Amino acid sequence: MQHFDTIIIGGGPAGLEAAARLSKFDKHVLIIEKDPALGGKLLLWDKLFPDFASSEELLHQLIENIKNDNVKVSLNTGIKEIENEGGLWNIIDNHNNKYSAKALLLATGFDVFDASRKEEYGYRIYPNVITSVDLEKILSGEVSHAEPKKVVFIQCVGSRDEKVGNHFCSKNCCICAVKQAIEVKEMYPNSEVYCFYMDLRMFGESYEELYRKAQQDYGITFIRGRVSEVSPTYHGQVQIKAEDTLLSRPIRLTADLVVLMVGMEASEGTVEIGKKLQIGGNYDYFKSKNQHLADNLTYLDGIFVAGTSKRQMSIPETMKDAAAAALEINNYLN
Amino acid sequence: MKFGFSLNTSRTIDLDKLDKKKQESFTDDIPTFKRCFACGGCAATCSAQQHTDFNVLKCNLLFRRGEFETLEKELEKCMLCGKCTLVCPRNVNTRAMIIKMRRTLNTKTNL
Repeated sequence: MQHFDTIIIGGGPAGLEAAARLSKFDKHVLIIEKDPALGGKLLLWDKLFPDFASSEELLHQLIENIKNDNVKVSLNTGIKEIENEGGLWNIIDNHNNKYSAKALLLATGFDVFDASRKEEYGYRIYPNVITSVDLEKILSGEVSHAEPKKVVFIQCVGSRDEKVGNHFCSKNCCICAVKQAIEVKEMYPNSEVYCFYMDLRMFGESYEELYRKAQQDYGITFIRGRVSEVSPTYHGQVQIKAEDTLLSRPIRLTADLVVLMVGMEASEGTVEIGKKLQIGGNYDYFKSKNQHLADNLTYLDGIFVAGTSKRQMSIPETMKDAAAAALEINNYLN
Repeated sequence: MKFGFSLNTSRTIDLDKLDKKKQESFTDDIPTFKRCFACGGCAATCSAQQHTDFNVLKCNLLFRRGEFETLEKELEKCMLCGKCTLVCPRNVNTRAMIIKMRRTLNTKTNL
C-alpha cells in the first residue's frame, strides 16, 4: 500500500493544476489517469477561445508545473474500488495496486455530447456533418477536407434540449462557434459562414468583442433560429431548414459543411464514481456541498471536487476552481 | 372546373439564391451595418412604427437575406428622423443605412 497526501482522479486541466498547486504546498500527490496521456479534453482542441491560445502550449506548461518529486502520475489506470477506512481513503486500481490518502480530489471531467443522439442532424449519416471536435482536427491540419463554399454552424447540440435530457446550457459552445467560424473564414477566405443560434451567450472576457469582430471583420452571418433538420441533396451536399425567428419566416440553405456545436455531459467516470460514493447531483455531475461557500467540498469528509466534473466550465474557470480545491485540501490536511 | 383554390408561393427565404454583391458594395459605404445584433432598440424608438408597421430592424434583416422586393415598400415609410441611430447599442448608423438602401434599390425617396 502506497500512501499519499492526496490522490487526484483525472489528469485533465483541473487535475494537473490542482496537483501543481498542492506540490507547491509540499504535499505528496498521485494523479490517476485512465487515458494513456495527460491532458484530458484539452487534447481535442487546437486553439482556445477567446484569444486563440495554443492548447498544446498550455498543456505543455501544465505538465511542466507538475514535474517535481511531490507528484506521481499513473496513466492507463482505472479505479476498481474506493473505500474509507479509519479516516483514510483507500483506492484499488485496475492493476490491483493499492493506495491510500487522507484527501481525494475528483477531477473526472466531462464527456463531449454524442451528436448521433440528435438524429435529425444526421451525424454519422452524412459525411459533411461534423462536430466542433472534428472541426478542430481540420483546423489544426491533422485531417484534410475539401474546401467548402458554405459552412453552417448549429448551436446547442445536446444542450438546452429536453429531448436528450439536458436542460442546461453548455456555456462554452457559443463562443467556441464564434472562434471556429473565424478560423474557418481564415482558412477558407472565400467561404460563406452561417451560424444558427437560439441565444448567443457571450458572458466572458472579450467574448462579446470577438462576436462583434466575427460580424464586422469576417462577415459571418448569425441567424436566430434553431435548425430543425439536416437532409441530403442530390449533389452530395446537405440542406438545412430553420425558422428565421427575427423575421418569422422559414429559411433554408444548402451547405457543404455543417458543424454541430456539441455540448458537455458528465463523463463516464464521473457517473460511475458519483454512484459509487453517492455524491451525484443534477445530470449525474458531482454535487458540491455548497455552490457559494464550499464549492470544492462534498458531503463526504476528505472528498473534494474540481472542474467540469461538477458542471460546465471553460478552461480558465476550471483552473481557478482547481486552485481553490488545492487550497481547501491543504487546509484540510494541515 | 374551378375550385376557388390556388397554390400559394412559398414564404421560405432561400439563402442559396442570395446575391451577395449588393450587400458587399453596401457595407463598403456603411460598415457599421454588419454589426447589428438585432436587439430591436431602433424599432422601439421609431416614430413611424407607432402608426405603421414600419420596422428598422426588419429592414436590416430583409436586406441581409436578399428580400429586396418586400424591403422596397418598407423603406418608403421611414421619415428619416434619426431617433433609431441615437439609441443603437452597437453604434450602427441606421439612418444612413436606410438612405443607402433606398439608393441601392432605387426606391423613390422623399428626400
